[in-house]
This record gives sequence, structure tokens and C-alpha cells, in this order.
Amino acid sequence: MTEKKIRVVHYLNQFFGNIGGEDKAGQPPISKDGAVGPAMGLQQAMGDKGEVVGTVICGDNYFNENTAEAKKQILELIRKYSPDVVVAGPAFNAGRYGMACGETGKAVVQGLGIPVVSGMYNENPGVDASKLAVYIVPTADSAADMRNALPKMAALALKLGRGEDLGTPQEEGYIPQGRRVTVFSDRIGSTRAVEMLMKRFNGEPFETELPMPEFDRVEPAPPVKDMTKANIALVCTGGIMPAGNPDRIESASATKYGRYSIAGLDDFLPEDYETIHGGYDPVYANQDPDRILPLDVLRDMQKEGIIGKVHDYFYTTVGTGTSVANSMRFGQEIGKQLKEEGVDAVILTST
Amino acid sequence: MRLELGKIRIRSAAFGNETCIREGKLWIDKEGLVALLKEDPRVREVEVDLAKPGDKTRIIPVKDVIQPRVKVTGKGQGFPGLTTRMETVGDGRTHALENVAVVTTGRIVGFQEGIIDMWGPGAQYTPFSKTINVVVTIEPVEGLKEHQHEECVRLAGLKAGSYIGQAAREIEPDEIQVFELGTITGNAKKYPQLPKVVYIEMLISQGLLHDTYIYGVDSKKILPTLIHPNEILDGAVVSGNCVAACDKITTFQHLNNSVVLDLYKRHGKDLNFLGVILTNENVTLDGKLRACGYATNIAKMLGADGAIISEEGYGNPDTDLMMNCRLLEDAGIKTVLITDECAGRDGSSQSLADCVQQAKAIVTTGNVSALVVLPPAEKIIGRAEAIANLAGGYDGSLAADGSITCELNAIIGSTSEIGYHNVTTKLY
Repeated sequence: MTEKKIRVVHYLNQFFGNIGGEDKAGQPPISKDGAVGPAMGLQQAMGDKGEVVGTVICGDNYFNENTAEAKKQILELIRKYSPDVVVAGPAFNAGRYGMACGETGKAVVQGLGIPVVSGMYNENPGVDASKLAVYIVPTADSAADMRNALPKMAALALKLGRGEDLGTPQEEGYIPQGRRVTVFSDRIGSTRAVEMLMKRFNGEPFETELPMPEFDRVEPAPPVKDMTKANIALVCTGGIMPAGNPDRIESASATKYGRYSIAGLDDFLPEDYETIHGGYDPVYANQDPDRILPLDVLRDMQKEGIIGKVHDYFYTTVGTGTSVANSMRFGQEIGKQLKEEGVDAVILTST
Repeated sequence: MRLELGKIRIRSAAFGNETCIREGKLWIDKEGLVALLKEDPRVREVEVDLAKPGDKTRIIPVKDVIQPRVKVTGKGQGFPGLTTRMETVGDGRTHALENVAVVTTGRIVGFQEGIIDMWGPGAQYTPFSKTINVVVTIEPVEGLKEHQHEECVRLAGLKAGSYIGQAAREIEPDEIQVFELGTITGNAKKYPQLPKVVYIEMLISQGLLHDTYIYGVDSKKILPTLIHPNEILDGAVVSGNCVAACDKITTFQHLNNSVVLDLYKRHGKDLNFLGVILTNENVTLDGKLRACGYATNIAKMLGADGAIISEEGYGNPDTDLMMNCRLLEDAGIKTVLITDECAGRDGSSQSLADCVQQAKAIVTTGNVSALVVLPPAEKIIGRAEAIANLAGGYDGSLAADGSITCELNAIIGSTSEIGYHNVTTKLY
């Protein structure tokens, strides 16, 4: 029995798609049946295991200046070929082309659920923009590397087209996506730890299973000039929520935060507020939620004229197990809203 | 100190008129067990179930797991300082039921209780899908406060372990393991060429519901302390916590601490195992500085060349882990750390809440936020709805067909940071 041929659509820019040079960079998306330009090399590399059923071509300027519209049009063109896998580029070190390949790739993965393979030079901005969604073969920085890149891309495309799971970046030859994937080891963790320690004693090379990340530092904001006029907001990661947790925020590994009005409220009463945080003993927080988020004291200070006012909304989430990536997103979003809402300073409590 | 651990392999289990072991089959007198546990006036109802490997059974929410054992000769019975009179343990003969665990469940106390699936994809993530589980459901009397509820359930589990363990007293073990370390000075003379290794075990100690007990002493009140590994293997350390299910060290895992066992295996051959420093995880900076500095000083006094450091929990304790690492490495002691990761559901986030450049050698036991899908169970012991409130679950975790989508967070022992299981991550 012969295997089913994998259906491939190839995405190219105006140059590689044989439309023209910089003067044709405004070309809106078009499709051509079969293989055009590098797609012919891809076809050759796949042999009879796969077939380039169509080539979609879009000018780099058109894509980057009309990204949303271009993506929609390209997705429509790709969809009608019902491919098993989409190949984009290779874009080498061409920035606009790389972004087009990456953005198109992401849109295909997310919008059509079809896997995408591309090829780029490591420093192409398209790599960081799309490597989480798109499998990118590392290439040299110029088209002279086409001959090397296409067979590697073809091999990945065939695997993905068959619905196979890819191995690690090292095994399969794509740019690391920065995803930590859960796998099973042939030895339990303690055994691996003792082995690693023995290697250190013996001066043998060893590989840490978790390289240390680079930590960024946040510069402290300048002090508030006049507290008696300042609008102070309360923000916390201690999980204080209106009773019943109306937005169903998770008790660990939070993916969202809440924003709730405290206009006119002088005190977090235990019957109206509670903690949903899974990482500490909730008993004392539930007896008096002000222990986590000191609204009562802040109201006193407002009445005494020490601070201008307490902001009408508080923001709250759960810190335990919440990923740094989500925390950064919460921080940026909350910070932006606080700024728009005219807040001068924030009391940020954790647990 | 010499501990003989006699292992009695259990092949099947059933309820019967008396608690005993016959030809590898464990019989449990359910009524006797229920009556014993109900002696605690805080316990209103007790149910006992059996869950066997391969059964399409889900246990939720799991609080602790305990291995049934009995002390045959030597001092100390059960869990001294908690369920029995205070005596130190680690010497003499102990019999343990292999392939059997007591699992405690019941109404949720804290958010950080977990799931055991006895079959299917969930089973491979937890070591406790491979044991015949005697599931004890404890319902407390009305109005019991959280701290009392936790203690009541904790003690019930320990007592149930000892009750069933009694059956092993007269049984000839299938295997006897001997744990004997000798003295630190003696070993230094005996193995002058071997590197000296200490195990620094960090215990969660962040307040009630997040505590660990050493001979009944709340570990948040201790200074780091040197302990003979046999004492850990023989019941000195007990889990009292509702820490995330994935990396809490259950009492079963304390009794079978895998770092201790692995260091013992190589003792006298590749390394000289000095002993264990139990240290805690404090919630204040002063507490962290005190405990980490103190633990490092003990390691230095012992003349350690290297240390394995295991964490319990994640987030805040990452700072203790890193501080221990930095102080030890700066003192010239080579470290290997065991931790899990909070890399987000897609695995793309930075994994730890703190880091130091000295942490060059790390073993990772998995991403606690990795999503898993658990198919519907035929039998549920406990309450499936609890998943919405467990760490690792969320509103919508439980689908209408009974399947559960949750993070590894919610699966007991999945990312054990004493390296008890084989889950890990790879960078893709």
C-alpha cells in the first residue's frame, strides 16, 4: 500500500514567488496551483512523499502594512487547498519576509490548526515573533543557503504532515522554541541528582536540567511628591476576592486577575470578602481580609488627610504557582489601567 | 544505628473479619478500623474503600498517603510524638507492607489536595497509582475549624497506617534491607578517598496547613537540625500540609525518601553519606537568612564536599532553595538542587521565582502547570467537584462527561522534589 501523499502549501514573498523585486513588494496575496520558485526545490526534496498543491504569494510591504487584512486573505487562500502542512520561506535574514512568514505561520497554526515549518537566520525578527508556534529551521543569512535549508524543511514538513510529534530541537534540527515540555525520564529525579553530583566530584561534564534564566530588574519609581493629594490604589497577589470568587480566579497558577469596586467601602468584612489563595493558611485572612489588603487603615489615613484618596477599584490575583509570564502580563495590564484611571501610587501586597 | 526494613509484598487486598496477611493477601477488618478512628471525637463519619491499580477509580481530594508499617523490635512505634509515646526511631526491625498505601480523603481542608487516578493517563503521573490503596474518607463533626480538621485527618491517616501495619508483625519479610551508616568520624577514616555528601531536605513550614512535623515538633519552629537518615526512614518526619499536591512530600514519601535511599546505595562505594540536615522554609527574610545560614554552617562543620538540596513547594521557597545553594557553593560545597518548575501551561514562562548564578546543577521534576486530561472514571472515591477549588484545577476543569482537565499541580506526587518520580521537562 502506498502512503498518502502529504499535501503542502508553500508561502513565499513577491521576490521568491517570481512576481518581482522591491517594486512589486505591494503585491496583495495571490495563489498559484502547484509549486513556484523554492516550492519546486521543496517538491524535489519531498520526492513522492509529499506534493506542493499550491503556492501562496504576498508582497512583503503589503503584508507588513496591512497585516490583519493580509493574514485573513492568506488564510482563505491556504484553506481552499486543505493542506496537511504549510511551509513558509525560508526567509534567511530578510526581516520583513521573516515577519510575514512568522505571522502567517502563527495565523495558520492558530486559525486553521495546521502545522507550519519555516526557515530563518537566527537573528531574523520573525524568529522571536513566531518560534513558539512555528517550527523554524535555522539557516544562513542569505539565499545561498537555500539548497541546505529546503531538505531540512521538507523533512520536518513531512513528519508534521503525517501528524507525528517532533522530538527535541536538537534531535530534529529546529530553533528551540523555549517551551519546557513534560516528559518521563528513565530514572527518578533523586537518582539523576546523585549522578549529577558524582559527575561534579569527578570533574566530568554534566548538563543541568534547568539553566538559570536572566532576571530583569525593575527600577523603583520616583517617590510621590505630595501624599496628601495622592490617589492610592490597592493591588494584591494574596487572593482577596469578593465572596464567592465571581470571576472564578484559580487558587494557584492564576491565568487572570480581578478588578472590583471599593468605592464607599471602609473595611473588607469577612462576610463579603475572602481569600481564594491556595498557597497559605487562609484562616487569618478570612477572619479579616484587611490583614492581606489594608483597606481599613488606608481609609483612616484618608480621613486623617495623610493621603488624598483611596482609588475606587482594587486589583487582585493569586501569586502562588503563577508563571512569571502571566505575572508580567498582569503587571503591564494593571499598570496601564491604573495610569489611565489617574492613580498616583500603589500599595502592592503579597503573601 | 542499624535499621532492618523488612518488606512484605502484598499482592491483593480485601475486607475481612480480622486484619491479617495470608499468602500475600491483605485482609482488613473495616469495622475495627472505623471504630479506632472514631475514637477521636472530632471524627463524625469514616468510610473505607479499596482502590487497586488498573481500576477505573479516581480518588479526590487526597490529603496524605501513608505506608502501613509496624515496629517489630527496637524503640518507637508508629509516629512518635504524634500518634505514640515519644521515643526516637531508626534502630531495630520494622516491617513494611509493600505495594499498599493508606490514602486519606474527605471534605476539602485546604486548596492544595490532590488526585490519584488508578488507571489511564493520570496513573503514569503519580507513584500512588501503583499501590493498592486503602482509602479512608474522614468526615469531621460540624463546626470544626480548619486547623483542627487538618490535624484530625492527619492523625487518622497515621493511625490507619499503623493499624493495618500491625498485620505484618509476625510475617516473614520477602526482603530485608539494612540501613547502617556508622559514625561521621569513623566513616571519615574508613573512606578517606570518598567525597563527603550531606542531604539538605527543605521542609515546607509556612504556617498551619503548610507544616511538617519532626517527632511531633512543628518544623517552622526549629533551627535546621542534623538527623540520622534512619530516623526519616522510620517515621520521624510526617507531612502535615496542604501544599500543592504535585510536590508535597507525603508521609509515605518521607518513609521512603528517595534521596536518602539513593545516597545510601552509593555510601561506602562512590561517596561518604554524612547524614541529613532538615531545614525549613520561612516566610520572613530573617527566617530565610537564619535557616539557610545555619544549615550551611552545619554542612561546613561536617566537612561536606557536596550537598543534594531538595525543595518542597514552589514560588516563595525558591528563594530558600537559591539562598541555600549560594551559601553552600560560596563555602566551596558542590550542590545539586532538585526542584520543579512553574513554566506556565504552555511551558514558555521562566520557571522559578528566584535564581542565583551559583545554581549550576539542577534536576527538574516537571512543570507543575503542564495540562493533563483525565478521562471519566467509573468510580469516584471522594468528590469530583473538588477539582474546581484545588490548586491546579479551575472552574470548568470538570467536564459534563466526568473527564477532568487540570494541571500536574493537582496530581499527588507528580513533580516530587525529593525526586521520587520520573517526570521531568525538556527544552523544546
